[in-house]
Amino acid sequence: MSAGDDIVARLRRGTGLGAHPAGDPSVNGRAPAGEGAALGDLVAGALARADADDLVDVAWTVEDTPVGPLALAATPLGLVRVGFGHEDEVLEDLASHVSPRVVRLPARLDTVRRQLDEYFAGRRRRFDVPLDRRLSRGYRLAVLEELSRVPFGQTVSYKDLAERTGKPNASRAVGTAMATNPIAIVVPCHRVLRTGGALGGYGGGLESKVWLLRHEGALLG
Amino acid sequence: MSVTLPPFQTLLDEHAVDLHRFLVASVGPHDGADCFQETIVSALRAYPGLTHADNLRGWLFTIAHHKVIDHARRSKRHALPVAETPEVPVFDGDGLADAELWASVRVLPPKQRTAVMQRYLLDRPYAEVAAVVGCSEDAARQNVRAGLARLRAVLTPERAQEVTS
Repeated sequence: MSAGDDIVARLRRGTGLGAHPAGDPSVNGRAPAGEGAALGDLVAGALARADADDLVDVAWTVEDTPVGPLALAATPLGLVRVGFGHEDEVLEDLASHVSPRVVRLPARLDTVRRQLDEYFAGRRRRFDVPLDRRLSRGYRLAVLEELSRVPFGQTVSYKDLAERTGKPNASRAVGTAMATNPIAIVVPCHRVLRTGGALGGYGGGLESKVWLLRHEGALLG
Repeated sequence: MSVTLPPFQTLLDEHAVDLHRFLVASVGPHDGADCFQETIVSALRAYPGLTHADNLRGWLFTIAHHKVIDHARRSKRHALPVAETPEVPVFDGDGLADAELWASVRVLPPKQRTAVMQRYLLDRPYAEVAAVVGCSEDAARQNVRAGLARLRAVLTPERAQEVTS
């Protein structure tokens, strides 16, 4: 082996650079936990700097809750998304409909995370955070704004909401508005049932809807 | 004109580890951390203005390469004219630390430095090396060759002497 080949081998190994040595099968392409954490801190620091320069259009994090992990996202205007669904899909959606400057920045979601914790612990009945409703337009927006008036522990029917928004025959459109509610739980689409009390559907799965309604005392048994 | 850019977060998830290694290798652990953060901030600033998403990795590393160039300029300006004392990085004691190599890498001109790092440390094809450095593929090969020759001369001076004597 010539000296040059040796140097290439040393470059390829990348020893001592603060991440895993290349080709070490024991780490399987991942940085060891300690180094990973340090890198995570560096990234978080860079994102905090970017945020101070107003370069973060959408701050995002994931919160574990009794109804499963929720993706939370906020713009400078307010909470823009509370989503069940797959995290990647939520992010793609935000990137194409709000801004591609979507990054993980939990600090910007501290208030809503705290309020969600309180809600799930039974210590909060209404949310008090600014909302950015830009993902909803037209009639759907009107329906979701009306829905925000339905308090903890109460339910309405699709037909009720259609009537309250001045379109008594628009139950189907109300259903679509619920199915596409970008801000689940905080905008309480789980409080909407079929006429007669049947559960109807829920984007987060029926189990979650039942859990939330029981939690609020709106559904017994 | 509308280009679909992925969430910036996915770029971080996919490239942060390599980006950090590249910069630590190129400018040392302390300045590497600074350059890494500056690269992320600069990239985030420019991201929504991108008109295509063909090679986002290359785009990100081009920004990092420019940080290496800026760093080299600053170091030159601050360097004492008499003695060059490159900062010697502190590595974890796994017995494989290669401080000598990385200190030598840092004396390469930035284009050669980036070319060698992309080609060998990060195992990228010459087309990608060229995209990052912003040159032709031939020039990328030339930069890798020249950088490697320089490293060989720095790291194995006894061989160089053997050849000349």
